[in-house]
Amino acid sequence: MLRFVLRRLIQMVFVVLVLSMLLFVWLRSLPGGPVSAILGERQTTERRLALEAALGLDQPLPVQYLKFMERAVQGEFGTSTKVLPGEDALVVFWSRLPATVELTLLALFIAITLAIPLGYIAARRVGSLSDTSAVIFSLIGVAVPVFFTAFLLKYFFAVEWQVLPVSGRQTTGLDATRVTGLFVLDGLLTREWDASWDALKHLILPALALATIPFSVIFRITRASVLDVLDEDYVRTAEAKGLTAKVIRGRHVLRNAMLPVVTTIGLQVGGLLAGAILTETVFSYRGVGDALATSFREKDYAVLQVLILATAVIYVLVNLLVDIAYAVLDPRIRTR
Amino acid sequence: MTDPRPGSTSDSATPPDTHEAARRPSYGQRRRDRIDALATAGVDEEPGVSLIRSAWNRLRRNPVFLLGLAITIAFVVLAIVAPWIAPWDPTDRPLLPKVRPQTNPVPGPEPGHPLGGDDRGRDLLSRLIVGSRQTLIVGVFATLFGLLGGLVLGTLAGAIGGWVDSFVMRVVDVMLSFPSLLLAFTIASLARSPSQWTLIVAIAVVQVPIFARLLRGSLLAQRTSDHVLAARSLGVRRRAIVFRHMLPNALGPVIVQATLSLAIAIIDAAALSFLGLGNPDQRQPEWGQMLGLAQRYISEAPHLAFYPAGCIIVVALGFTLMGESLREALDPKSRR
Repeated sequence: MLRFVLRRLIQMVFVVLVLSMLLFVWLRSLPGGPVSAILGERQTTERRLALEAALGLDQPLPVQYLKFMERAVQGEFGTSTKVLPGEDALVVFWSRLPATVELTLLALFIAITLAIPLGYIAARRVGSLSDTSAVIFSLIGVAVPVFFTAFLLKYFFAVEWQVLPVSGRQTTGLDATRVTGLFVLDGLLTREWDASWDALKHLILPALALATIPFSVIFRITRASVLDVLDEDYVRTAEAKGLTAKVIRGRHVLRNAMLPVVTTIGLQVGGLLAGAILTETVFSYRGVGDALATSFREKDYAVLQVLILATAVIYVLVNLLVDIAYAVLDPRIRTR
Repeated sequence: MTDPRPGSTSDSATPPDTHEAARRPSYGQRRRDRIDALATAGVDEEPGVSLIRSAWNRLRRNPVFLLGLAITIAFVVLAIVAPWIAPWDPTDRPLLPKVRPQTNPVPGPEPGHPLGGDDRGRDLLSRLIVGSRQTLIVGVFATLFGLLGGLVLGTLAGAIGGWVDSFVMRVVDVMLSFPSLLLAFTIASLARSPSQWTLIVAIAVVQVPIFARLLRGSLLAQRTSDHVLAARSLGVRRRAIVFRHMLPNALGPVIVQATLSLAIAIIDAAALSFLGLGNPDQRQPEWGQMLGLAQRYISEAPHLAFYPAGCIIVVALGFTLMGESLREALDPKSRR
């Protein structure tokens, strides 16, 4: 177990290092990189050279990379030019992270509570009309781009019927105490119920849109997994022993069918992070995804670089945690 | 629909895979297993009926497949004849006099313009029709390049084996362990200036590892099969064996994957265009680009977004339905 974790950690460090080098080289080779972005219209050759020297951009690439790594180890990743001007890129990441955590957790929650019961019901009635329509519905869910789902929700609920806010994380001007940065939780902790409710209202639409990604996957996995387990010998044995349907369902079918589902749930993080870029952009929801899109649009390379790296690290870390959890849950894997 | 259990269909057919035997199933593993299951599908054929014939016999009666096929054919025909059947040139601005930025930013339907115009007075229907072309081009070329890249890597790994195999598959596995849209976003944002071709390359790169793994699995599964042994004992050179005897047999699963990849490529292209990473040139309309531009008029003219999104959904659904039913038809498990 320990060896397995160590090997995965080393692999992760390697992946991140290679990724950081590639990102570094590419970003620096872009024409009119950060310097033109900062100077904009006021660009002259003199100013350009001066700023390049000040930022250390006139040195050879390997030297620049080593300096970058040196500062990175000390927690400095370069200054943001557009997303949060003057702040360090890492600060930008930390300030945006809670918003995305809140969003993805709620989306995952919605997807799980809908997909597992539906997948189970579909499997029990395999071939029936409700099963077929659920399967086709989940296929449509795959074909509909998530940003269009977001667009539809925004149009109907926020623009047309005006029951939920159009964009953002919180009504502007609302004075709320910050504890964790997770707005809904903050409101609950400080007993500012209205702040919590306000944040939740801003969360619902983006989370619903984002939930469609894991929903389709979890639904299909649950359905297929329950179908497999229903075929197993031990279910037939349980039926032959005369156990009640309730016991068979709970103890034999569901529990065994959940193993692949649990893994899938944990591993939806990748899709959620990618989907967050799109949903957050549609709703101007100030999270990591929105920062990624903005930093690209505004050529804020320091931030772009850190965000891509950080997302990769999160993704690989969550993968590792899920693998460990899976090994703990399923004894068959440990002994293999 | 799909098989969630890692390796459930491939256990008997896949040769032992030494450097992966100890690995726990993870998301990457699941994706890999799905690809592997597809690669070995149809290697053991019942005698007498060819794979293609028996698959076709089942597909002919499958309404899901026929629907997907109909949508796909309609889309391809539309894309080919688009410039001749579009009532207006997509760059002409016949409705420009009707555009009033304050009161009427988007002209509505009128005789000669069944869907009305867009914010620049261009005919919406014509732009949709001509837009099918760019969407098809992006989807087909991205899949084609991904396929070619995968073909080279997969053939190298599967035909040569040894350290080449280990090295290539390591690279492929690292790429597979990343969320695909995030990878495409990273690659596209590294381009000097966004264009149709950077979009195609970004999506193609994401497809490469999938095809590589698929082909390698298929080649490995065939290595010990009778027809290859026979060819080898007859003294056929390795190159001829690989290109004449093994690769043609691997085509079935590759076609399935290519069909599914087309749907994913079209959706991903739309997502990237929406984020501004696509072709900025509005003289070449593309559905994802139109959808991105429509964001600005969400409250005045949501139909600007509904039409291109509807087109994307229908086309992606067509490819998905076709691919999923092809996969089922080629899967020996479903052949009871």
